[in-house]
Amino acid sequence: MEQKDDLQSATARTYVYVWIGLLLLTGITVSMAGMDLGQLGVWVALIIAGVKSGLVLLYFMHLKYERGFFFKLIMPGTILLLVLFIAMVFTDIAFR
Amino acid sequence: MSNSPLAEGSCPSLSFLEEKGRYPGLLAWILSTDHKRIGLLYFVSIMTFFFVAVIFGILMRLELIAPGRTIMDPQTYNALFTLHGVIMIFLFVLPSIPSIFGNFFLPIQIGARDVAFPKINLLSWWIYLAGAALVILSLFTGGGPIDTGWTFYAPYSLRTTVNVPLAVFGVFVLGMSSILTGVNLVTTTHRYRAPGMTWFRLPLFIWGIYATAWIQILVTPVIGITLLLTLVERLVGVGVFDPSKGGDPILYQHLFWIYSHPAVYIMILPAMGVISEIIPVFSRKTIFGYRAIALSSIAIATVGSFVWGHHMFVSGQSDFASILFSLLTFLVAVPSAIKVFNWVATLYKGSIGLEPPLLFALTFIFLFSIGGLTGLFQGALAADVHLHDTYWVVGHFHYIIFGGMGFGFFAAIHYWFPKMFGKMFDRKWVIPAWILLFVGFNTLYFPMLVLGWEGMPRRYYDYFPTFHTLHLISTVGSWILAAGLILMFGNLIRALIRGEKADDNPWGAATLEWTISSPPPMENYKKIPTVERGPYDFR
Amino acid sequence: MEEHKDTIGSKIGMWIFLLSEVILFGGLFVLYSAYRFKFRGDFHLAAMDLNRLLGTLNTVILLTSSLTMALSIASIRKGLRGSSVVYLAATILLGLLFLGIKYLEWSAKVGHGIYPNSPDLLGRSSAEVLFFGLYYAMTGLHGFHVLVGVALLSAMCFFVVKGKIKKTDFILLENSGLYWHLVDIIWIFLFPLFYLMA
Repeated sequence: MEQKDDLQSATARTYVYVWIGLLLLTGITVSMAGMDLGQLGVWVALIIAGVKSGLVLLYFMHLKYERGFFFKLIMPGTILLLVLFIAMVFTDIAFR
Repeated sequence: MSNSPLAEGSCPSLSFLEEKGRYPGLLAWILSTDHKRIGLLYFVSIMTFFFVAVIFGILMRLELIAPGRTIMDPQTYNALFTLHGVIMIFLFVLPSIPSIFGNFFLPIQIGARDVAFPKINLLSWWIYLAGAALVILSLFTGGGPIDTGWTFYAPYSLRTTVNVPLAVFGVFVLGMSSILTGVNLVTTTHRYRAPGMTWFRLPLFIWGIYATAWIQILVTPVIGITLLLTLVERLVGVGVFDPSKGGDPILYQHLFWIYSHPAVYIMILPAMGVISEIIPVFSRKTIFGYRAIALSSIAIATVGSFVWGHHMFVSGQSDFASILFSLLTFLVAVPSAIKVFNWVATLYKGSIGLEPPLLFALTFIFLFSIGGLTGLFQGALAADVHLHDTYWVVGHFHYIIFGGMGFGFFAAIHYWFPKMFGKMFDRKWVIPAWILLFVGFNTLYFPMLVLGWEGMPRRYYDYFPTFHTLHLISTVGSWILAAGLILMFGNLIRALIRGEKADDNPWGAATLEWTISSPPPMENYKKIPTVERGPYDFR
Repeated sequence: MEEHKDTIGSKIGMWIFLLSEVILFGGLFVLYSAYRFKFRGDFHLAAMDLNRLLGTLNTVILLTSSLTMALSIASIRKGLRGSSVVYLAATILLGLLFLGIKYLEWSAKVGHGIYPNSPDLLGRSSAEVLFFGLYYAMTGLHGFHVLVGVALLSAMCFFVVKGKIKKTDFILLENSGLYWHLVDIIWIFLFPLFYLMA
């Protein structure tokens, strides 16, 4: 049985654009590390990392082109689970 | 069901027990990718480890029959309770219902021929054996058998000279088996339901297994990394849990319980699924509140992932965290209670047939309720200060795990035995076995609740003479229970060898597995059925 | 028994397995966040010992390897087996390059006496002990996954050459690609947390 192609697929060009975007974001995050942002620094870095990961998930890992609403939620859902675990550990360590 | 039973039964196809494949003899089984054979492979290996752990339990109770030394030294006792816990939890309770009955019946109940990934299914059994072998090897190598308790708490697990590295690595490997089983069962449920088998026509056993599989996938890696870190800590000393290097042992507990609390839901949800199957059949009445029971499995899995701190109330955790965890712990009791109410409502005004499966299911409800209610005491912060690490906790979790999951497991065996083997056991002999089990169980574990309340600590080799009477009663209970186990399993083994041939549907159930022959043919269905009715529609 | 392959089911299974990998690393991120909170400023001091240039280089390498991985799959989709193999080989080479640089970093650190349980490290503050403990644990586990990925992709390369992976059935390659991209994503988070903290 032939592997059915998905709704559509990204072209090679799209992949290259995404890659350039990833390199740019990397450049941004490296240069921002040089600035003194205090406590905000780590959050900026994490957000940029999140955007980069989003690009990899959506384009390289094809999530943008997959069917299934709930299916697209399982990775963000798992990351949310992790965030909740960290948050609950912090209700301990931040309030001792 | 639109597929008439006669159409299946009249075809002279070999059952999955008999059919010859590519390999001869034993290889036909241990290299089989058929979900039914793999289910039975798990059955044999899991039961072997169960009996080893039971023997360890009996020996522990022998030691505790009187204060002071009875038959062993303290180090041996510590190793025994550790291994009793490790084997029971990781080699018996966690894998049993999902890997035996989930593997065997999930595909059949949804109208499929096998699981989504049959080869990975076989691999998961081999990985289970590898993990078990590593744990066993750790008993005889390195510093000898572990003595940390099944919880391997740092910093003691980092310092004790026994063979912690190999033992925790073995448990890590067992976790991989669990994850692969979970991936298989979730994917199968999504992709291989027969036409007409909508989500809300699935048997409730499937809902239980499905919710369980998600927990297996999502939290097992946490104990994986925790044990890996413990191993690495022992080997190179990174310091993450070691207070002498600035590490925080309470973080070990957080990571450990982030898995190990949801793990108890891996233990109980499949058993609850079994009870949900049995009650309607033996009440001749459709289940009360199908959707509530189905969704309560999801609710338990979800809320239950955020209550782990209730194991840590006296660890040094912040008050704020303790209050939050206590609140969530009370909340998670609600969906469990919903199940119990719905089961009882199903029985109400039903036409009750007290066959062995129902007998064990009713026992589940009774013992699980006691276990659950004693858990609520522990969920209350102030009460837990008194009860933590006492025999109350030991009583609580044995009522829940053994009284709950264990009896649910016995129920599943008796319910599905005729289907799996095509033979019926002697129903008369279940009664005396049950009496011994029930009396033995309560004699063994109820005194523990009292002992704990009176202050007897858990995992102690010796105790004050005031606790002697209750310990003595408890130990006698263990003997009665053991006799019950021997009688029950003896009856089943005799049925395997000399049992009467069973009908395809001796219980008159309405789920798909009862429409195919007993035992089932290798491919389950000649023609995939089309489902038009619910699973408890007895018209 | 199976009349035809269920490629969608296969893909779903792979995605679900990847969730377990996310949680596996997630446990380490829990520890990192807890200790970073506990030691705050001192983590920054420890991070200064890491080579930001090499870390950035490794990031670029891995991101590029994700590109070549995606291009390999795009090629096989069009039936271009030769291109697919070339892109796969590039991915493998980049993966090996990543591991090579990692090895250089680690050996430099070890050479300077910074490794778990070393007398030098234990002489430093707890913050630094734990920073490097986490550094070795997390980059070590990640590096192991890269190594497994390289082995996996090498097998896939073989399958593409042999024709087992083809235009009409490339699910094995696709699933391997998913694994590789996830390893990249984990590094995307590791990089700032260790190298951009100083």
